[in-house]
Amino acid sequence: MNIYDAIFYLFAVVTGLSAFFVVTTRNIVYAAFFLLFTFFGVAGIYVLLGADFIAIVQLIIYVGGILILLLFGVMLTNKITSVQIKTGTLQIVPAAVGVGLFAGFLIAVLTYTEWKTVDTALPLTTTEFLGVMLLQEYLVVFELLGILLLIALIGAASIARR
Amino acid sequence: MHIQIEYYLILSAFMFIVGVVGVLTRRNAIVVFMSIELMLNSANLTMVAFSSYLGNAVGQLFVFFVMAVAAAEAAVGLAIIIALFRNKLTINIDELNILKW
Repeated sequence: MNIYDAIFYLFAVVTGLSAFFVVTTRNIVYAAFFLLFTFFGVAGIYVLLGADFIAIVQLIIYVGGILILLLFGVMLTNKITSVQIKTGTLQIVPAAVGVGLFAGFLIAVLTYTEWKTVDTALPLTTTEFLGVMLLQEYLVVFELLGILLLIALIGAASIARR
Repeated sequence: MHIQIEYYLILSAFMFIVGVVGVLTRRNAIVVFMSIELMLNSANLTMVAFSSYLGNAVGQLFVFFVMAVAAAEAAVGLAIIIALFRNKLTINIDELNILKW
C-alpha cells in the first residue's frame, strides 16, 4: 500500500462518513457542517485524480458559495428563540423499498460492466486546456451558462423579496 | 495509479444513494437541498474519475457546467424556501400540502 492509496482511502472515508452523517443527523446546522467535510473530501479526491482547477472551483463555489447560502437558509427559516432547529424523518418504508431497488440496480451495473480505461495520463495541469476549450468549442454553452446565472440571480432576488 | 476506477465509482454510488435516502426521508426542505447537493457532487466525482482514467479532460469541463447549474439551482431554491417560510411559517415538506387535492 503506497502513499497514493492511503490518501485515497483517507479522503474516501472522510467523504463517505460525512455524507452519511449529513443525512442521519437530526440537527440542521450539524448537517451543514458535515456537508462542509464532504465537499472538502471530494475536493481532495479531485486533486488526487489530477483535476486541480476543478478542485479549486469546488472549494470556491461549494464551500464558499452554496454552503454559506444553505446556512443563511437555515438561519432565515428557523425561529432562533425556539428549539425548532431539529427535524425528523418521514415515510421510511416506501423510501427503504425505493432505495433498496435503486441500490441493487447500481450494484448490478457496477458489477457486470467492464469499465474501459486508457493508460494515457492527463497532462499535469488541465487549466490551460479547460480555458481554451471553454472559449473555443464550448463557447455557446459558456455564454448560455452566464445568461442562466444572471436569470437565476434576478429570479432569486425577486422571489425572496416579495 | 494502483487504484482501479471501480473504487471511485463505488464511492460515488454510495454518495448518490445517501443523497437519495435524504431526499426521500427527511422532513426539512433545507436538508433535502443538502441531499441534492450530495447527488450532484457524486455525479461530478464520476465524471472527473472517468475523465482521469480515459485521459480526456473534457469531462472536467462538464463538471464545471454542472457546478454552474448547481449554483443557480441553489440560489433559486433557497429563495423559494424563504418565500414559502414567509407565507406558511414552516418548511417541513409534509406540512406544505396546499397542492394536494
